[in-house]
Amino acid sequence: MSDEADLSRRHFLTIATSVVGGVGVVLTAVPFVQSFRPSARAQAMGGPVEVDISKLEDGAMVRVVWRGRPVWILRRTKDMIGRIEGEPAALLKDPGSAESEQPDYARNPLRAIKPDILVVVGVCTHLGCAPIERFDVAPPDLGPDWPGGFFCPCHGSRFDMAGRVMVGSPAPTNLPIPPYRFIGDHMVMIGDDTGVKA
Amino acid sequence: MSAARSRAAVGQGRFARFIDWVDERFPLTAMIKEHATEYYAAKNFNAWYVFGVLAMVVLVIQLVTGIFLTMNYKPSATEAFASVEYIMRDVQWGWLIRYMHSTGASAFFIVVYLHMFRALLYGSYKNPRELLWIIGMVIYLALMAEAFMGYLLPWGQMSYWGAQVIVSLFGAVPGFGAELVEWIRGDYFISDITLNRFFALHVAAVPLALILLVVMHILALHETGSLNPDGIEIKERKDARGIPLDGVAFHPYYTAKDLVAIVIFLALFAAVIFFAPEMGGYFLEHANFEPANMLKTPEHIAPVWYFTPFYAILRSVPSKGWGAFLMLMAIVLLFFLPWLDRCRVKSIRYRGTTYKLALGMFVISFVALGYLGLQPATEKVYVYAARMFASLYFLFFLLMPFYTRAEKTRAVPERVVYTASH
Repeated sequence: MSDEADLSRRHFLTIATSVVGGVGVVLTAVPFVQSFRPSARAQAMGGPVEVDISKLEDGAMVRVVWRGRPVWILRRTKDMIGRIEGEPAALLKDPGSAESEQPDYARNPLRAIKPDILVVVGVCTHLGCAPIERFDVAPPDLGPDWPGGFFCPCHGSRFDMAGRVMVGSPAPTNLPIPPYRFIGDHMVMIGDDTGVKA
Repeated sequence: MSAARSRAAVGQGRFARFIDWVDERFPLTAMIKEHATEYYAAKNFNAWYVFGVLAMVVLVIQLVTGIFLTMNYKPSATEAFASVEYIMRDVQWGWLIRYMHSTGASAFFIVVYLHMFRALLYGSYKNPRELLWIIGMVIYLALMAEAFMGYLLPWGQMSYWGAQVIVSLFGAVPGFGAELVEWIRGDYFISDITLNRFFALHVAAVPLALILLVVMHILALHETGSLNPDGIEIKERKDARGIPLDGVAFHPYYTAKDLVAIVIFLALFAAVIFFAPEMGGYFLEHANFEPANMLKTPEHIAPVWYFTPFYAILRSVPSKGWGAFLMLMAIVLLFFLPWLDRCRVKSIRYRGTTYKLALGMFVISFVALGYLGLQPATEKVYVYAARMFASLYFLFFLLMPFYTRAEKTRAVPERVVYTASH
């Protein structure tokens, strides 16, 4: 047995120990990183919400909370629907909702299952503020081209009465449409769309 | 140690013997010498050199007041807002401790911004102080994280919606943005869960990191030595004993000077606490006196003043991804300052007109962006102004390798310029 150190053996052992130790550190980090994800309780609280819309008048909007986000249910008037259909495509960033978040059954110009009922998540796709309803047409502060819709006070994003984002807004996509379905004529179930056809 | 021992030997008394005893077990005297009584700094420091010490004073204020606030604060969505009001109204002297902490947050950024500007003036970030600068920038990032998470804790309207905006910025990360945002929040929205974890990070994780970073910052400073308003390395000219000719011992000379600065600072700090703790809505925003309501966005969301320059850059870009990217770049570019600046002269006293103009423009842009970030989003003219100043902000960095290389500098003197006042 030699007194001299076997440097290549020592080098190998150093690397092997470091690699095994490193794997251990990474594996130990997993539970800590995972603990940051929504807990079982948070997931359970995110279940579907039922809303009665029988008393919702023409042009009126009701807000409910689903997964902590405001969901708006708006009964659009004939006039509002007419204005949405009359908007020039050049006014909108994503008129066909190609880049936006919605179930397939809401990927149409009115972005709804029924033309008069708009169900939309009231959270700006820019940075998560809540846009405010500005259903007045061409008010002085929003300019003569304003067709009525939603305006985000945080960074000035503009959306039409179907939640579609207008050109020049910082928001990249239309307001998201949550999964939903009708139970009869007067009930909307938000967060559940079993049986709805595209 | 041997000096201390000889003193003890001739009967210097119990205290000296006690220090001697300690020194054999812990390098107390050696540390005091290395970092204070035998740490030599240039004798020509001016008032710009007080802000590092003031930042440490504010750090201590924040740590002490913060510890006392946690004794009465409740990090839960249902109790947080009320517990802050409880501190303000019912806890003995609670209002003072809370105002010290909230004013301290703004004071921290004021002194840190001035401290960073000093570095820009005198080239404190240049070779061989690049790491010192980078550690300082990491401190600045940690400070921003600390301030942001602390602002959620009172659970007011602006706490909530400010956090909403900043957290959703991470959604711009390509590929896994949405998952990342959910991971940060721990829920599908900013909730009790988010508040609780921000509390943990604000009171434990980030302060620990900050203290460690500050120690590293000081060690790095004492390794290279402090620069001075003339941008001359005083270590290059030493006397026979190896002491820089232009240096004076940090203690007692600069500790005495810093005490004056600390007294003036504390007087101003107290004045704000007692007469204008909200600072007209700039230190404590009016919307934050209303409890958080996740269904109602305040009419106008603006972060606290120290974030508004970056917020203005974010808002000026009509694209979420690019806006967030440019906001990030506005901070990242600062890290590269030591390499972007190609001029070998350090101090502005001997640098060319181009750098002076560029620095002036940069300061104007930064302040203007800060102002614009506070304004509502509806005015078109503000958006265009923000775009112009954001462009100037970036040009300061991106053109720096070119305008600093061709700079017409003046001759740098060999010794620091200093006239003692009698």
